[in-house]
Amino acid sequence: MKNLLEVRDLWVEGGPPGGNYIPIVKGVNFSVKKGEVLALIGESGSGKSTISLSTLGYARPGCRISKGEVLLNGEDVMLLDAQSRRELRGTRVAYVAQSAAASFNPSLRINKQVIEALTIRSLMQENEAIEHVVDLYHRLELPNPQTIGKRYPHQVSGGQLQRLMAAMALSCSPDLLVLDEPTTALDVTTQIEVLKAFKDIIARENTAAIYVTHDLAVVAQVADQIVVLNNGEVVEQGQTDQVINNPKHEYTQTLMSAVRQTPSTAPINEENQGVEGQHLLEVKKISAAYGPHTVLNDVSVIVDKMETVGVIGESGCGKSTLAKVISGIMPPSSGDIILAGSVLDGTYKKRIRENLKKIQYVFQMADVALNPRHTIGTILNRPLKFYHDMTQTQRKQRVEELLELVELPREFADRFPDELSGGQKQRVNLARALAAEPDVILCDEVTSALDTVVAASIIKLLESLQKRLGISYIFISHDLSTVAAFADRIVVLYAGRIVEQGPTSRVLSPPFHPYTKLLLSSVPELRQGWLEDITATEEARSGIAKDVSVSSVGCPFLDRCPMSIKGVCSTQIPPIQMPTGGHEIACHRTIAELN
Amino acid sequence: MITENTTAAHNVQYKKKKLNNLRLTPVAWMSIVIILFWITVALFAPALAPFDKAEMVSFESFKLVEEASFLGTDYLGRDVLSRIIYGARMTLGLALIATLISFTTGIVLGFAAAISSGWIDQILSRIVDAIMAFPSIMLALIIIGGVGTSLPVVILTVALIDATRVFRLSRALALDASVMDYVTVARVRGEGVNWIMLHEILPNTITPLAAEFGVRYTFAILFISSLSFLGLGIQPPGADWGVMVKENLQGLLYGSPAALIPAACIGSMSVAVNLLVDWFLHRSSTTIPEELVG
Amino acid sequence: MSGLIVHRLALGIFTMWVVSLLVFASTEILPGDVAESILGKEAPDEQIAKMRERLGLNNPAYIRYWNWLSGLFVGDLGVSLGSGREISELINDRLWNTVRLAAVTSIIAVPLAVTLGLVSAMRAGTVMDRSISIGTLCMMSLPEFFVATLLVFVFAVQLRWLPAIPIVRPDQSLLSSLTAIALPVMTLTFGVLAHMARMTRNAVINVLSSAYIEMALLKGVPNWRIILFHAFPNALSPIINVIALNLAYLVAGVVIVETAFGYPGLARLMVEAVGTRDIPLVQACGMIFCATYVLLNLFADIFSILSNPRLRTQK
Repeated sequence: MKNLLEVRDLWVEGGPPGGNYIPIVKGVNFSVKKGEVLALIGESGSGKSTISLSTLGYARPGCRISKGEVLLNGEDVMLLDAQSRRELRGTRVAYVAQSAAASFNPSLRINKQVIEALTIRSLMQENEAIEHVVDLYHRLELPNPQTIGKRYPHQVSGGQLQRLMAAMALSCSPDLLVLDEPTTALDVTTQIEVLKAFKDIIARENTAAIYVTHDLAVVAQVADQIVVLNNGEVVEQGQTDQVINNPKHEYTQTLMSAVRQTPSTAPINEENQGVEGQHLLEVKKISAAYGPHTVLNDVSVIVDKMETVGVIGESGCGKSTLAKVISGIMPPSSGDIILAGSVLDGTYKKRIRENLKKIQYVFQMADVALNPRHTIGTILNRPLKFYHDMTQTQRKQRVEELLELVELPREFADRFPDELSGGQKQRVNLARALAAEPDVILCDEVTSALDTVVAASIIKLLESLQKRLGISYIFISHDLSTVAAFADRIVVLYAGRIVEQGPTSRVLSPPFHPYTKLLLSSVPELRQGWLEDITATEEARSGIAKDVSVSSVGCPFLDRCPMSIKGVCSTQIPPIQMPTGGHEIACHRTIAELN
Repeated sequence: MITENTTAAHNVQYKKKKLNNLRLTPVAWMSIVIILFWITVALFAPALAPFDKAEMVSFESFKLVEEASFLGTDYLGRDVLSRIIYGARMTLGLALIATLISFTTGIVLGFAAAISSGWIDQILSRIVDAIMAFPSIMLALIIIGGVGTSLPVVILTVALIDATRVFRLSRALALDASVMDYVTVARVRGEGVNWIMLHEILPNTITPLAAEFGVRYTFAILFISSLSFLGLGIQPPGADWGVMVKENLQGLLYGSPAALIPAACIGSMSVAVNLLVDWFLHRSSTTIPEELVG
Repeated sequence: MSGLIVHRLALGIFTMWVVSLLVFASTEILPGDVAESILGKEAPDEQIAKMRERLGLNNPAYIRYWNWLSGLFVGDLGVSLGSGREISELINDRLWNTVRLAAVTSIIAVPLAVTLGLVSAMRAGTVMDRSISIGTLCMMSLPEFFVATLLVFVFAVQLRWLPAIPIVRPDQSLLSSLTAIALPVMTLTFGVLAHMARMTRNAVINVLSSAYIEMALLKGVPNWRIILFHAFPNALSPIINVIALNLAYLVAGVVIVETAFGYPGLARLMVEAVGTRDIPLVQACGMIFCATYVLLNLFADIFSILSNPRLRTQK
């Protein structure tokens, strides 16, 4: 069968216009057949977006195609004139962007934009077009398909907007669909439904697709073929099954092992569990609110020495707020933070320097956590000067030691943050936290903005530092697999309440609480067919597309729970049950029922 | 071992290219030349001027290009060239003083308002809003008309009007910077407000503030000259470019360009500063897709 | 949305009130006794005292303020101390002149500026764009009196096409009145055109760099449609803002031009009033100018709210 798309020896250069261009992609070859889905995997900056955009004959400012051919049905797209290029866009090749929120014009109603590709070419009249896309909405399982298109983009949720963008792309029934990280910005549970919708409709319409992503597990669900990019070159390509289960290239192997993480099987110290007494850090019945909105409700967590406590939950569950309360950025409305036996003040302004030193905070976005006008050396020097009594020479040496600790070369002390990559910046963040010689480090989604491989290396670094220096971590994340592999204990947050907490192995296998079950099942596994299995289950069906709402009465998980008890769960706060020491579950159902 | 060195190397290459962007365009060069020219003239005025600014060189008014006088005489028979040279001092010097005053007040108050963001911020912002609700010329009119046309009053009035704009800008910049995580890091460390303002916020606001200095300076020059033109600024026989325009307006009807020369000088200086600021701010390229351009 | 608009209106009214306080207070600092200015310094003390009594100058400040403020509401702007005429009469003539000047300038400048800005933005980075940019920057940087005097020199003195001093009479023919204000209009256009063109360019460029514009491109939408239907609706708000700002300037800030051309407008009236310490006139003029500023800004604000769907609708 002839290839729908053939990319031959493609070279891409990047650089500021007027400046010098350097090659980002060096000679890439691949092809896609009709109805086939090809996944393009690579780190950010690897040029995969540019490659995918070239199929539309488009290059972003700052990038250009310097060599090669992109053949769509035998015709080189790069050689077409402007008019022909415009004609093929939307009709033969269509694009689904990463951020639906940014790709929809905020001033125009949704329908108008979705049918635009049809109406400007007079392929259909407006009414016909609207009927056609409403049908697409139906098939994408969007709520209220008749009316959702009449709204403005800001009135619709992220996951729904992403599917609407898919409808927009599919409106002209293109031969090739280009999906550029379409689910990266979504929650785990939202991701499932969007993935399923995409997969179904692609199969239905027999559209070919290029799926650009860095998320391997997602790839396993949708792709027939995988192309792995590293350093601008294709290091491996082949059928999904082979690449995932039998990777040949070293890079691919590293990638696979970075994704496949096994839950921590650390031995549980039975004695320490649930024991009253000196813990390193105790979060005691903390409640916090932004004005009238309660964000945290009666949260209690314990952290001991050399322990990693993972806090997990979806966006909006309050996990970041918890970190803010612990560090004193946001004062709680009730409850205490107790550090080594003494109660800390609600706000950092009133805490003594000794205590501020002991709890350090590392942020998610490394870019804005480092002052772009300071050198790395200056950044690391300051906490040393501020917290410790050291001479200048001592500090200089310590800076070098710190850089070494986080596996960065010591020349970096003279560099500025914008000369570093994302992973390197995060290491500097860590080094800064370590400079204070803390007891506890709050890691707030520190790996969420990083690529898989880079994130894995940061986790490894954290683990080795813990062993060497005896630090404890509170590791906050929405990524269950990372937390599962790294944390000794897990705290599961939903809508500001703890629904389950305990040693990792006990919490995850077997999962008791319905929400924990839902979370676990939402994590895409690196095997084909997982998506079909999971969406067939009850958990997924009920977990779909609801907003997280904080309630003060009854169980917060009520409207997504497949096991709710009528009359009870809506009125009474779930009691805390403890199947074993240190393992708490907040649910009305008995342990036996949950098992 | 898989490192992230590729991306880092990439970044370093970019940095080198960024420095190359500091190339000066011909327009920027021209602006710098003009500015330096006038600065020199202003600084060395007594040495450069052929005559004293008040000296009558001829009994003929509005004589074009006399033997003794290069640019001709003004309405009183004074040498235009000398008055221009001394005028540079007056106009450019006063504008500079006013801008310096407005900047120090504006920045300090603007930062304070951003950091405190409590009732201090509210009060300061409301006052600034109220002052800005007046058309600038009218405000100056009332103040100067009421208090008098002495130099300090003129300078302070201009400084007040300018300070409101500087306040708004520095407040906005400081607010933007203060929500950055690196400021939160400093706060949680226990750093004091002053340290944060000086070390974390200020370095990140220097570029836009420097550009604004240029803009405000130009405004001060134009405003002071305009006030002089209206008779509210520098009084004759002081040599100020604005006054010179006013004095010699009649000459236009006789075909004498004596009024145009000082006006052109003002224009040249303000055009040069504005062009330089524009170059400074817009060295980066556009982010519009190529297909939409041209 | 209506909540936002009501909030803006309330803020506007509040600002107006503060402004009225400031206007009143600032006239208090004008030295010189009003009664003295009318009767002359040599007048006997009793006469002055009686005049002060008559003018109500001996009342405490807040009473005078209240009288003045309540007068404003019924359209009674007081009596000019200089001429003895009703201020509302005086202002009426001048106001129409000013409005006429502002209107003609706007009709010419606004469409020209927006087009220039649009063209600039659509050709961003090209030589044309750079030249327009430099050109407008120069236009903006030149002092008004320079432009005014230059134009007078060229058109009135050398070429003798247009009158240097506009003669404005209420009974003029349209052509005659237009030629009269041609030079002032040209001078004003110079400044405001440049400013509006630059702001339009920036606003449109900002919008054109957005992701949704790229998306439209990737759907194959032709450029003209993108500019008209995708870019413009989003750029409208900042553009309207700039236009409002410049309109306010055309009413209140044109002292230089009015002085340079001897144009009988409102700004010159105020200058004269300050000169003669004609307090009621100063206050009235001040209020009108500030009211114009505040109202135009309010209008621009409300327009922004209405044109932004995110503010217009509920989530």
